[in-house]
Amino acid sequence: MEKIHYDGTPKTPGVEFDGDKGELRLKGRSIPENSIEFYKPLIEWLDEYVNKPQGKTTVNIQLEYFNTSSSKCLLDLFKKLEHLSKKGNEVIVNWYYEEDDEDMLEAGEDYQSIIGVPFKMIEIQE
Amino acid sequence: MIDIFDLYNRMEANNIMLSFKGDITDDLMGSILQIMESRMNDKNEEPKLRKKVYNVLVECLQNLYHHIDEVEMTESKSERSAIFMIGLGENSYSILTGNYIKTEKVAGFRSRLEKINSLSQDELKSYYKEMLNNEQMSDKGGAGLGMIDIARKTGQKLKYDFIEVKDGYSFFSLNIKVESHHNF
Repeated sequence: MEKIHYDGTPKTPGVEFDGDKGELRLKGRSIPENSIEFYKPLIEWLDEYVNKPQGKTTVNIQLEYFNTSSSKCLLDLFKKLEHLSKKGNEVIVNWYYEEDDEDMLEAGEDYQSIIGVPFKMIEIQE
Repeated sequence: MIDIFDLYNRMEANNIMLSFKGDITDDLMGSILQIMESRMNDKNEEPKLRKKVYNVLVECLQNLYHHIDEVEMTESKSERSAIFMIGLGENSYSILTGNYIKTEKVAGFRSRLEKINSLSQDELKSYYKEMLNNEQMSDKGGAGLGMIDIARKTGQKLKYDFIEVKDGYSFFSLNIKVESHHNF
């Protein structure tokens, strides 16, 4: 299936979705005013991916900032992955946070407690 | 005639480092965030404080962007306008916002803010997750998470006020302080 590649901007994250490798990555900042518009194609891509997924799907979330309207979209994205996991596919979420960024760590923990997919919390040095 | 010197002195006395009055646009938000980021960088603020301030700024600005109500100032002129200021304190930043909202919205908004202020940090965390998981997103994308997020990230009660200004309109003001020494 088609890959998604977006370069990061000051308000939106870089995106790499590779269906052949089963690797998804969001990196940078996600603070758009209209997050639904930004995330819609990503959610649609996942809808297609869950129909013919790889045995193992790895999701790397390396966000520096995200706003509350993105947080809702991120949850939608995780819910698709939860669905995939419930169907018996292996799903791993690597949640990166910068050293001392407790808010970002806590945000990852919030998601982990809502969705039934294991998160690996990875601290990165600045 | 406005006394600019007086205005300057009052801002100086309150350590205002940035202020803006007018419509909050997409471009303006981008510029303010960029300015504040480089100012905090120049001041060598610790990353933890920088991130908190940045996050809270984003939520405040986007609240203004999405929720300002246009007010008829005179019969011929209506305005979509807000005031926004950032003050510098000792190891802290204050973010002050003010905007018109329709008085009919005040009661509902006030009760949401009162609810947020009645919750402890742990309760706020649960409330945030509950709203994140259950509430439908509004067409503006808000889902009412912004104020909860601000209360969580600052670790303080929201300070706000509503003043009934003119027929059908009230002025909403918010005063947020982000401090560096908070440990959660």
